[in-house]
Amino acid sequence: MALLQISEPGQSLDPHQRRIAVGIDLGTTHSLVASVRHGVAECLPDLQGRVLLPSVVRYTDPNSGGSGRQVGHDALAAQHQDPSNTIASVKRLMGRTRAQVADVDRLSYRVVDEQGMAVIETVAGRKTPMEVSAEVLATLRFRAEDSFDDELFGAVITVPAYFDDAQRQATKDAAQLAGIEVLRLINEPTAAAIAYGLDHATEGVYAVYDLGGGTFDISILRLTQGVFEVLATGGDSALGGDDYDHALAQWVLAQAAPALAQAPMAAADRARLQSEARRCKEALSSPEGQAEGVVFGVELSVGVLTHRVSASDFAQCTEALTQRTLTAVRKVLRDARLATTDIQGVVMVGGSTRMPVVQAAVGAFFGQAPLNDLNPDEVVALGAAIQANALAGNSSEGDLLLLDVIPLSLGIETMGGLVERIVPRNSTIPTARAQDFTTYQDGQTALALHVVQGERDLVADCRSLARFELRGIPPMTAGAARIRVTFTVDADGLLSVAAREMVSGVEANIDVKPAYGLSDEQIAAMLQDGFATAQQDMAARALVEARVDADRLLMATRSALQIDGDVLSATERTAIDELMARLSQCLQDPDQASAAVVEAATKALADGTEAFAAQRMNRGIQQALAGRRVQDI
Amino acid sequence: MNLQSTDFEIFNLPARFALDTAALDDAWKTLQRQAHPDRHASDSAQQQRQAMQWSVRINEAYQRLKSPITRAAYLCELRGVAIRAEDNTAMPGAFLMQQMEWREALDEANDARALDALTDTVRGAWHEWVEAIERLDGAGDTPGMAQAVRALMFVQRFEQAIEKRHDELGQ
Repeated sequence: MALLQISEPGQSLDPHQRRIAVGIDLGTTHSLVASVRHGVAECLPDLQGRVLLPSVVRYTDPNSGGSGRQVGHDALAAQHQDPSNTIASVKRLMGRTRAQVADVDRLSYRVVDEQGMAVIETVAGRKTPMEVSAEVLATLRFRAEDSFDDELFGAVITVPAYFDDAQRQATKDAAQLAGIEVLRLINEPTAAAIAYGLDHATEGVYAVYDLGGGTFDISILRLTQGVFEVLATGGDSALGGDDYDHALAQWVLAQAAPALAQAPMAAADRARLQSEARRCKEALSSPEGQAEGVVFGVELSVGVLTHRVSASDFAQCTEALTQRTLTAVRKVLRDARLATTDIQGVVMVGGSTRMPVVQAAVGAFFGQAPLNDLNPDEVVALGAAIQANALAGNSSEGDLLLLDVIPLSLGIETMGGLVERIVPRNSTIPTARAQDFTTYQDGQTALALHVVQGERDLVADCRSLARFELRGIPPMTAGAARIRVTFTVDADGLLSVAAREMVSGVEANIDVKPAYGLSDEQIAAMLQDGFATAQQDMAARALVEARVDADRLLMATRSALQIDGDVLSATERTAIDELMARLSQCLQDPDQASAAVVEAATKALADGTEAFAAQRMNRGIQQALAGRRVQDI
Repeated sequence: MNLQSTDFEIFNLPARFALDTAALDDAWKTLQRQAHPDRHASDSAQQQRQAMQWSVRINEAYQRLKSPITRAAYLCELRGVAIRAEDNTAMPGAFLMQQMEWREALDEANDARALDALTDTVRGAWHEWVEAIERLDGAGDTPGMAQAVRALMFVQRFEQAIEKRHDELGQ
């Protein structure tokens, strides 16, 4: 007789309740979305079967009707006819002011500063880089939701390993604008290593050389039994395939029309030159192109430009760029205290590594042929999908563990504009460091702190992240107060700061004035402006969210009690049971269940299980090593 | 076991300078498998906060034990001997002479090869000091260890100076 199988509540997910989790590679030139289906990570295609979505958004005149924007292939196709409203390579602007964007004058659209961040002037008004990226992300989100005919649970979004805090925060803001729950930001080379390592069951020390459209990363990882440990990372967040295109275009101009090379050029001409340069670069990467060269031909407003380009011409005019990547590789090897001979394999990631000049230079540097067997365009998204699947709790391969690092040191401005380093680069995250400060005047009640990121000794040469003011310090004689400032970098690589005066125990109030990024209010306002959730009733949405949170907490608590309930005394257990009963009651009674009521009951249960959560973790840690010792014997 | 346990207790390792680095690496990964926030992505918010605190604590302990300087300094402090690197800079004459020679070599180094040769010399000195600390620890001479830690800090700072010179040369 067949018996029906019934699973324990909160134990395992019904297959139909599988959470839809995706990995998104938000690239400079194109973006992808991937997911694990039937145990295999794969990129999701659009309706035309295309996997790559050009990271291009075109804004149209809102008064001329239509949706006001085009995203992807359509926008790319319109780039020549409408260069100043067609936004490509917006990733270069993320988390930057205008002055910090490398070669900002090369862009075919107009960039200005607004509230300390670079924004783009379009026919539809000023757009922040986050809004533009959000259009790309939302397009991928809809693609994923259409593929699964279900709502998205969350996404892992990849960022260049060398992105600083402001650039990461901007990426997270963009996802929020697109209505995507970010499960984790992970570094692109690390994502690639996951896809590669799991595919090849590899062990040892590997280098991941990731040259994308606009960014370059180099990471050294140690792979052991499902653990991906980043030993060191480095790179250049403003160096990529775009620069090779530009170098080629400049070279052709200098050869064929030297007068043009010096003069200012119309945006449309610049866009044509750049895309012809890209076409030639790609053609030169094929065996025929290598052997015979290509003809660079483009029609500009001032006339037709044609010039023959051989493979060695291309190698010569881009040599300096390739050398810049190798300089970063040398530096990261020194950081990891490794020699090229310690590297077991070099994994090539990013479309720009298809260039034979790059392949040859990397091969010669490491003294071994680089590994190319995964599609360099897709490998990052695939790795992110595998991690997303694990984070959503769908994965049975619970062995996967990422131990990543912070790419750039964090510090504080001290007297004379010098930087006091607090969290050194290549520290494994999550991490926290505390630093004590004191007052220098009698009766001083406030202290201003300036947080910067970078490796240089002078504040002026580092990236300004935020200014903090600690207030409410009790008046004391100079030097008597001891203010402990704790910097925490979470698993997304994002920084938060807390401060406490140690003598009095007063928690100092912190005014955060981000040098860059959107405040929660700004994000809320943009969402209200009808970006992604235009038609949604905010109150109904709040209630749905409150109920989901409540359900999630009840489920987690039930399963925790089942596993570790024995650490609780009878009284403690009764207290938690009562809080759970109250919350369940709340969810069942539709009349009184406003979002606020559900939230209050959820918070009560959360607070009431705080001590239990701590006991569970302590026990888990203790058992982890104890269990290990038994296994070892 | 709790967040206040010593670094050595957390990894279940003996509180001494000599270290089985493979055992430390292994214990670190085992504990992070338990505590890392990625392992608690679908847990309650409190559980996630606890995981975050533990994960941070484990990384802190790992980082401190992994480097000979911070491991030795931590041991000295556990035994009640402060390093006081800021206000105790008295070093033996021979040591200072060696530092001056290195400085001169650094000033004269104009390419990556010269810098790499200097790095080799400095790393040799580094290993000698590490061995000295291990001997002093074995003999129970904590003040001697503290002095050796200060020397090692000088060596480390010099390595950073070499790194800076690499950056200046653009290599």
